Amino acid sequence: MSETAPLSAEPLSTGVSTVRRGGAVRRLLRHPLGLASSAVLAAIVLGVLLAPVLSPQGPEVSSLRDAFAGPRAGHPLGFDSAGRDVLSRLLYGGRNTLSGVLLALAVALALGVPAGLVAGYRGGRFDAASSWIVNLVMALPAMVVLLASRAIVGPTVWVLMVVLGVLVSPNFFRLVRGIVVGVRGELYVDAAKVSGLSDLRIVGRHVLIVVRAPIIILMALVAGIAVGLQAGLEFLGIGSGDLPTWGAMLNEAFKNIQRAPGLLLWPGLALGLTNAALVLFAAALRDVLEDRGATVSPRRRRTPVEPPRSVAGERAELLSVRDLAVSYGSREVVRGVDLDVSAGEIVGLVGESGSGKSQTAFSILGILPEGGRVSRGSVTVRGREIVGLAEREHRALRGDVIAYVPQEPMSNLDPAFTIGSQLVEPIRVKLGLSRAEARAKALDLLRQVEIADPERVFGMYPHEISGGMAQRVLIAGAMSCDPELLIADEPTTALDVMVQAEVLGLLRRLQRSRGLGVLLVTHNLGVVADLCDRVAVMSEGRVVETGPVAQVLHEPRDPYTRRLLDAVLDDAPAREPWTPPADSPGSPGRPDPEDSQDPKDSQKPKDSQDSQEVAR
Amino acid sequence: MNPLLKVSDLRVSFPGKGWRAPRVEVLRGVSLDVRPGETVGLVGGSGSGKTTIGRAILGLVPVQSGTIEFAGERIDGLSPRRRRALARDIQVIFQDPYTSLNPSLTIGDTLSEPLLAQGHAAREARARVAVLLDRVKLPADAADRLPREFSGGQRQRVAIARALAIDPRLIVCDEPVSALDLTTQRTVLDLLLEIQAQTGVAYLFISHDLAVVRFMSHRVAVIHRGEIVETGEAAAVTSAPENPYTRSLLLAAPIADVERQRARREQFEREVASPRA
Repeated sequence: MSETAPLSAEPLSTGVSTVRRGGAVRRLLRHPLGLASSAVLAAIVLGVLLAPVLSPQGPEVSSLRDAFAGPRAGHPLGFDSAGRDVLSRLLYGGRNTLSGVLLALAVALALGVPAGLVAGYRGGRFDAASSWIVNLVMALPAMVVLLASRAIVGPTVWVLMVVLGVLVSPNFFRLVRGIVVGVRGELYVDAAKVSGLSDLRIVGRHVLIVVRAPIIILMALVAGIAVGLQAGLEFLGIGSGDLPTWGAMLNEAFKNIQRAPGLLLWPGLALGLTNAALVLFAAALRDVLEDRGATVSPRRRRTPVEPPRSVAGERAELLSVRDLAVSYGSREVVRGVDLDVSAGEIVGLVGESGSGKSQTAFSILGILPEGGRVSRGSVTVRGREIVGLAEREHRALRGDVIAYVPQEPMSNLDPAFTIGSQLVEPIRVKLGLSRAEARAKALDLLRQVEIADPERVFGMYPHEISGGMAQRVLIAGAMSCDPELLIADEPTTALDVMVQAEVLGLLRRLQRSRGLGVLLVTHNLGVVADLCDRVAVMSEGRVVETGPVAQVLHEPRDPYTRRLLDAVLDDAPAREPWTPPADSPGSPGRPDPEDSQDPKDSQKPKDSQDSQEVAR
Repeated sequence: MNPLLKVSDLRVSFPGKGWRAPRVEVLRGVSLDVRPGETVGLVGGSGSGKTTIGRAILGLVPVQSGTIEFAGERIDGLSPRRRRALARDIQVIFQDPYTSLNPSLTIGDTLSEPLLAQGHAAREARARVAVLLDRVKLPADAADRLPREFSGGQRQRVAIARALAIDPRLIVCDEPVSALDLTTQRTVLDLLLEIQAQTGVAYLFISHDLAVVRFMSHRVAVIHRGEIVETGEAAAVTSAPENPYTRSLLLAAPIADVERQRARREQFEREVASPRA
């Protein structure tokens, strides 16, 4: 049972409507970049749409008398080389530019998204064939294809934009396919299949909803690229010369750059603004839709740690925690924990998810997740106060006195390096040994954690070993600097029962031979009974009961501990053998009170009785 | 009485990793049956193939040989259309309540999905969702909320409600409580028992936890390396197992009692593990 970071585990009590589409738009407008870029884009689109109203005259109306004339009343941007109004051409040109971009996007979406969906969801031959074609298209140099297509079909912007759409469609294909391959393996898709949904419906309901946000983000990015490419083509004179577009305006202005350099300014500005706004819009969308950024600022306020309110009882020499509180923002997840571990003692810290047991362990190790901090209390290790210690000193302590064995052995090994090198490196750095010495020590450690063939395992990569073996390797790593205190966070939860029993045996033998103090975080009362001398039971951030294991398990004083023990099924009786249902089979939904098949009635009282008998 | 589900000599293999690698046999001739209203527990370690049996019955992995019969009809290798129709009879509850619900669909949407797929009208489905939520003891307003607002135990209740939506005759429960806390686990198990008493649904209950399986099942089958090594009444298999693998599985799981656990541990180390000194 992994204890997830409390921030994400906490159900959002803010209400229901926060996540739906309206929420996304609102969040986008609250994002500073999102607001600015949306405003610019809206202004540009509006201006372009209202071109007939806003522009002083038609885009083609020219009077040679006015060629190169400066701004004047009714013509705020002046006139171009042919005496046409610049503002009118800018607005109408924007229409053509943006429609071209929309056309390219539409083509790219129409080709890329459905193909990506099918390829990702179905896999197999269609996937292989379409991926091959897509790779081919991606290998084509876009400019050359665009030039060639112009030569073949003639100089119209629209055809060029269709070709551009085809050329960028692989981006959509690959994005969608990649996501869908991931979604296809999700359990909820399996559940939908079992529910009798057709593939079409599953794609429509479960898959599209996941690819929606990334597609929108990619659209904004591709639109920016398309604007740039199109302008570039027009600027080179490859578009249709007669249609006003921003690129065509740039082209004309460039021809007259000696005479009227100012003419470059307006189309350049329009292009630059549009492009920048699109890119920033995409970035803001990504922040908003993927819940990144703008959430927790890295700015960390140094709030002083309060001293413990009371330091009760004798403090253990090895590890002693008094009145420890851990907060995330203003929320306390650990609220005044007292805990002692002496040398040679195994102390269990049990609790359910969200009880704060892992947070307690993390704060002793100084590895609280982002946003969490020790807000009160005292933690001493070998008599030294470690709350408020600088990160560097804490790190020294971790390698030297305290060792840590995590829950997920596999994700704590780097897949790119061999087991041996992952053991040798820290040993060399920490103990200053030569390579050969460190290697000998690593092999010895592997032997100590009862790995049968240390030489072979030394040269293996993490994916070549089992989970149990990986946990042994991590325990070997933890032992490398001869620690006095071992903190193990659910060390066997991810393992098979048989492997768990072996790893527990190993921990016991290591602890005995080295006289280690161990703090064992677990949710499993069986593991506690198997390994621990004393146990502390945590609930809602507090230690509700602490004592010798036999006493806590047999004579729990706290009602929560009792509730926990009552839920243990070890001594629950096996279910009675099955008896045929009283009436005809195959007619579900028959709540017959006479049918004394209700297993709750027959089992529950007996069970609680039993467990009490056993417990007392 | 005829069994509701009958699996005979089921074999499933997956393509090996790498080019021309031999296929990996996951199930090597598995036979088991489930009678109406019965719970059959299927217990085994990781990699034993227990989940694959469930997935084969659900039609999520292809069957290589052997047969699966439901109510007297073969259901292995069905066409997609007929498989979809079978959703009415066979449902599933998966292990992980976090990934088995679509994070972007409301609970109401998730629950009405199987109903709409079976051709119920939207209004009818909504009414049924309210009944289902009530049956799994969730508040009625849960229908409008998203999965992330619920705890693991509550999500698993949603998954149970989804499985119940169209009154199936068999539910494959694939480790339905192993991701849950101890106290939550107990309430979910009690809920499953209660539902079985009310509706007469049969469960194929897959788990690695012998204690949970004993509590839930009328009969227990133990699977090891793709083969069923022992089957029988729950009491017999889980307290006096004949098979050595079952024995070691039983001894390996620690129990919450110091003295008895010490005895078990010593027995385990004598019989199973031989610690390399």
